[in-house]
Amino acid sequence: MTDKTPGIRPLLTVGHRLDMAARYCFPVALTVSVLMLLSMPIGLPGQAEMQPAWALASVYFWSVYRPASVPAGAVFAIGLLLDLLAQGPIGLGVLILLLTQATALRFRRFLTRQGFAVVWLAFTGFAAAAAAVEWAGVSVITWRLLPVQPALFECFMSIGAYPLLAVMLIRAHRTLAAPEQA
Amino acid sequence: MLRLSIQARQAIARLTLPVLIVLSLGIILLGRATPYVPERARTALSDALAPIYAAGAVPLSSVRDAAADIGQVFTLRSENLRLRAENERLRRWYDVAMALDAENATLKANLHWIPDPTLSYVTARVVADAGGVYARSVLLSVGPHNGVRKGQIALDANGLVGRVTEVGHRSARVLLITDINSRIPVVLEQSRARAILVGENTPYPRLMYVAEGTHPAEGERVVTSAEANAFPAGLLVGTVHYGSGTQPLLNPAANLEKLEIVRIFDYGLGGIMPPEAPGRTAMAQ
Repeated sequence: MTDKTPGIRPLLTVGHRLDMAARYCFPVALTVSVLMLLSMPIGLPGQAEMQPAWALASVYFWSVYRPASVPAGAVFAIGLLLDLLAQGPIGLGVLILLLTQATALRFRRFLTRQGFAVVWLAFTGFAAAAAAVEWAGVSVITWRLLPVQPALFECFMSIGAYPLLAVMLIRAHRTLAAPEQA
Repeated sequence: MLRLSIQARQAIARLTLPVLIVLSLGIILLGRATPYVPERARTALSDALAPIYAAGAVPLSSVRDAAADIGQVFTLRSENLRLRAENERLRRWYDVAMALDAENATLKANLHWIPDPTLSYVTARVVADAGGVYARSVLLSVGPHNGVRKGQIALDANGLVGRVTEVGHRSARVLLITDINSRIPVVLEQSRARAILVGENTPYPRLMYVAEGTHPAEGERVVTSAEANAFPAGLLVGTVHYGSGTQPLLNPAANLEKLEIVRIFDYGLGGIMPPEAPGRTAMAQ
């Protein structure tokens, strides 16, 4: 919580604390619920690629703007859920999301001061790297050269969907996920 | 709560991420070394989520139907004309089929033909698209004591869907024929040439090892072969389709993109079991 005006205050009430906790939990809860929603047979085109794309965009966004709300343990759990919902080699999604978070945290001081276009541009790098690592990882683990198209498709889907997701996530970031507003 | 010095807390905070990254590498190795561990974990998660998915499936399918209805309103007239023409053609085929059926029955009676046993099957709703980017499979919601076992065969209304690879208490997973690990012995119906249907994670699996000298014709029907005792003979898989290349592909008869309900048949076959867990090629049982 950002404390801009120092001074003595009354203790927080229970309702207030609950509200703050809920706001802290919002990013992870949203990520997990959308992941589960995307695993249902909705029949959207490219639905299989939406799951990793959503997880990546969400972890990236919250790591940059609200790192306190996505601790490494939560990212680990999100990755594990992603791996268990899909059929790929287990652990690879966890690794990719953790590396994403580590890199995003390293550059967040720079990224938070930039406009949307730069943040999106940085995300294209993350998406490309994630798709490349996933393709290479699955290829090595199953020991055969897999077609490149799914990886490319996943990468472009992540990049293309990011602005749309960012619009919603930025609104959530300023309202629902803001513990200082509790 | 444990009281730690500020330095210790900072050190822990800095170490969490690297430790978790190493842990994820460990999970990758563990999953590779013991494929049954992630399989169990997946089945447990599927079992836990199956009721939630099943609850969501009903409103979901009504929403999807409504969307489809709206789309159909615009093509009502042309669709009606097409159906009328098709109905007329089918009526003629119906007469032919009835005559052939009667003839077949008399011939079988004369030959003392042993009739095929009636099959037991269960019908299940597809509750989740469980493939991910590098696999093609679906999750079924099946009740406890359902009789569904590994290796049983899944069909939809039109054709072969795949085989059951994992069974939990409330859920079962079906590996689709389009998955990269799927290998199915098939026969081309006209030329009787044998081939292997190889999934490639694309909508059109490839027909490989077609006997030399036979050229699969576009639109030729492809059915399962009883070789290797993994499938019964004669289940419709799809039709031959040439894409942009010269390699024969298969256009699946089953609507694999929009599976809603599948039937799981028990043919009592145990030739080759499906792979232990998708993502691995080992067939050993």
